[in-house]
Amino acid sequence: MSFEHILFTIEQGVATLTLNRPEQLNSFNAQMHKEVREALKQVRQNPEVRCLLITGSGRGFCAGQDLGDRNVAPGAAAPDLGESIEKNYNPLIRALRDLPMPVICAVNGVAAGAGANIALACDITLAAKSASFIQAFCKIGLVPDSGGTWTLPRAVGMARAKALALLGDRLSAEQAEQWGMIWRCVDDAALQDEALKLARQLATQPTYGLALIKRALNASASNSFDAQLDLERDLQRLAGRSEDYREGVAAFMAKRTPEFKGR
Amino acid sequence: MPQTLSVLPPEQGVRLITLQRPEALNALNTQLLGELAAELDAAEACADTRAVVITGSLRAFAAGADIKEMAERDLVGILEDPRLAHWQRITRFSKPLIAAVNGFALGGGCELAMHADILIAGEDAQFGQPEINLAIMPGAGGTQRLLRAVGKSLAMQMVLTGEPISARRALEAGLVSEITQPELTVERAVAIARKIAEKAPLAVRLAKEALLKAEDTDLASGLRFERHAFTLLAGTEDRNEGIRAFQEKRKPAYKGR
Repeated sequence: MSFEHILFTIEQGVATLTLNRPEQLNSFNAQMHKEVREALKQVRQNPEVRCLLITGSGRGFCAGQDLGDRNVAPGAAAPDLGESIEKNYNPLIRALRDLPMPVICAVNGVAAGAGANIALACDITLAAKSASFIQAFCKIGLVPDSGGTWTLPRAVGMARAKALALLGDRLSAEQAEQWGMIWRCVDDAALQDEALKLARQLATQPTYGLALIKRALNASASNSFDAQLDLERDLQRLAGRSEDYREGVAAFMAKRTPEFKGR
Repeated sequence: MPQTLSVLPPEQGVRLITLQRPEALNALNTQLLGELAAELDAAEACADTRAVVITGSLRAFAAGADIKEMAERDLVGILEDPRLAHWQRITRFSKPLIAAVNGFALGGGCELAMHADILIAGEDAQFGQPEINLAIMPGAGGTQRLLRAVGKSLAMQMVLTGEPISARRALEAGLVSEITQPELTVERAVAIARKIAEKAPLAVRLAKEALLKAEDTDLASGLRFERHAFTLLAGTEDRNEGIRAFQEKRKPAYKGR
């Protein structure tokens, strides 16, 4: 499948997925959803890939849904937005959370609506200083989707989450970093280099172990303390069987740099 | 030698049966069902087997029946279907049967899982009875065991819409007793089976029978059966050994008598 609305490359263990409809601020239409799904499938199936980097081209990161696709004619029946979420956004968000490798997001510009919440669904999110996050849904009578009502209060606390979602105000990248909503905010010119450097570094790490860490942390939001202790036990049991654990211990004992294979 | 299953010889009393038709997501064709019934018969006759764990792959426990095979049977064909006899042999298995379910457990696969006495599911397991989507309906206990396990409303919804439920939902509804990381499901099922394998076989057998009675009889008859089974155990050597070992604070050595 050749891509029209995204760019997709795999290099040195890093898959880079660039949303590429710059004139429309990389907003999603049906074709872009399809292409992103296909790219994520390739990421899942290619054992070479040990880190995924998501970013946008042009001045925006992603403006969410392309409303041009959603214009309701006067008198026409109400659209079933639930269906588009069930079919497109929920599988995308689940896929990002479930990928057995770190997912890095480089927010290069405005991230609005579903675009903001895709950034929140990734594991490590960097943003350019000029980037911003907008829970724009309330401005058109909708509810934050793509996991936003779940990820946002966990990231910034309920008070801030409610204000952001009810007011739809622009949140600057710097503020987002101060609030702990994203990992780091960097100079615009440095963003892509920093993100790629981080992705390449992560792609040399014990990927299987990192995937288990991600699983544990994702589960912690809904588990009880007891259930989480049990989960840690189970995941450590799995991690302890990995080749990378053996290599990690051997390298530590021999005082050399480990060579992880990601399994 | 079965071709659609792999069977490990009993270890610490537990036999592990793995459904193996990866090309068909372990769809339960007649051959597989027949081989499974034969393996359970063998396990029944084997004194070293105290419990059986049955599992599929990480992707699918069993994704249903073999649709092609089913399409070829007309009314008379279904009346004379050998599958019914296979299912009955699986139902009759008197030793504890534990299912370790990962991935899809749909249609016949869900029904097979419900034949197990204990169900352990991987977090990404899916249980469903999608038969209605083909204008048929569950035919191996799906409408009966499911309702008893999850209650009427959810059973009706599953059987009438054909939509599956998640492992977590199955846990909440009581269809499965535990969920685990998918990679650890078999291990956990085997650990539970080993625990059971250490108990007195006759007590295990009668306790299982009594529990199953609760599903198909009224309370008074069930209680009568329970009392009867309880009394039967009083005549076994293992009961004396069990009580003595408890009093002497040592591990009992059971003989199955």
